[in-house]
Amino acid sequence: MIIYGTALLAGCHLLGIILGDLLGQALGMTTNVGGVGIAMLLLIGSRLYLHRHGLLCATSENGVNYWGAIYIPVVVAMAMQQNVVAALRSGRVAVFSAVGSVVICALFVAFINRLEPEPSGPPPEDQPK
Amino acid sequence: MAEVLEKAAKENGLVTAFAVVGLVVLVSGCLSRKLTFGRVQGSAIAILIGLALAWVGGQVTGGSKGLADLALFSGIGLMGGNMLRDFAIVATAFEVHPEEAKRAGWVGAIALLLGTVLPFIVGVSVARAFGYTDAVSLTTIGAGAVTYIVGPVTGAAIGASSDVMALSIATGVMKAILVMVSTPLAARFMRLKTPRSAMVFGGLAGTVSGVSAGLAATDRKLVPYGALVATFHTGLGCLLGPSVLYFAVKLFTTH
Repeated sequence: MIIYGTALLAGCHLLGIILGDLLGQALGMTTNVGGVGIAMLLLIGSRLYLHRHGLLCATSENGVNYWGAIYIPVVVAMAMQQNVVAALRSGRVAVFSAVGSVVICALFVAFINRLEPEPSGPPPEDQPK
Repeated sequence: MAEVLEKAAKENGLVTAFAVVGLVVLVSGCLSRKLTFGRVQGSAIAILIGLALAWVGGQVTGGSKGLADLALFSGIGLMGGNMLRDFAIVATAFEVHPEEAKRAGWVGAIALLLGTVLPFIVGVSVARAFGYTDAVSLTTIGAGAVTYIVGPVTGAAIGASSDVMALSIATGVMKAILVMVSTPLAARFMRLKTPRSAMVFGGLAGTVSGVSAGLAATDRKLVPYGALVATFHTGLGCLLGPSVLYFAVKLFTTH
């Protein structure tokens, strides 16, 4: 049943939000702390558990996959309702932060990959272990 | 006739939103293939069109909710609102395979952490330099420099204003597009050759759309490795943004 997947997703979502709210209260804040992230971890965990016990059929999985696939359109709809007029007044902040973070991250990627001894890396076709 | 259409659209807000967004995504896909030959991913163009439409809506109504302020497109408010947005983002966690992720080992984890913290520091510093002083705005803009999802999720959690949220998303979208376009150009400099190097890249560059499009234009074989680590990025950012990173900024701004 496709609704099982969607209900599992909804359950993880709600539980994550509730835990995020409780965590926020425990930390002395009125806001939600990492609720969405906690919900994601719960979903990964429950998927592993259900798979191990053979409780998740392909149809049920589609009840989650649909919503995962719809996330770009939802983000597009989210973009459509932003206060862009106000944001453009300080557009340089966006440009400088974006360029700055991309350049710094590229430098770190180059640095970390240079630490790796070149011949020891397995070719992409190899499946280690 | 026009009245009948308008009535139908108003009374079926969410359905209208699905149709409108679908149309925008379709047009973006065509633009991506015809104008940029697939180099700029359709989703990035769709988001830019969305922001442009939000600008039009803001100009027409003078409101703060972009296109959703027009009665005809009020369903956009529900489709792109907090509830469905978070629901869809949580659903993407379903695609993560922890077993494969373990292969990236500690290098992937370090890259992931650096990929969250470094852009955040850059974003906060730039925002500070441009005159933002409150911890909520600084954190939201810094989180936007992580990805365009982490920005608004963090902003919504700590109560940022809509214009700061838009700025945060604009930062993230600009970053995603920069990653898509510059990855093939800088691939040699970044030593993007092995699966491990792609995982390091996925962790540091962050945005899933930027990473998958950028790697696809560099070496098709590397795409799943980079995207795998990048899918953890949003979760980690959403976890750290409104918590640890927000507290850190709060600590700095009060001194």
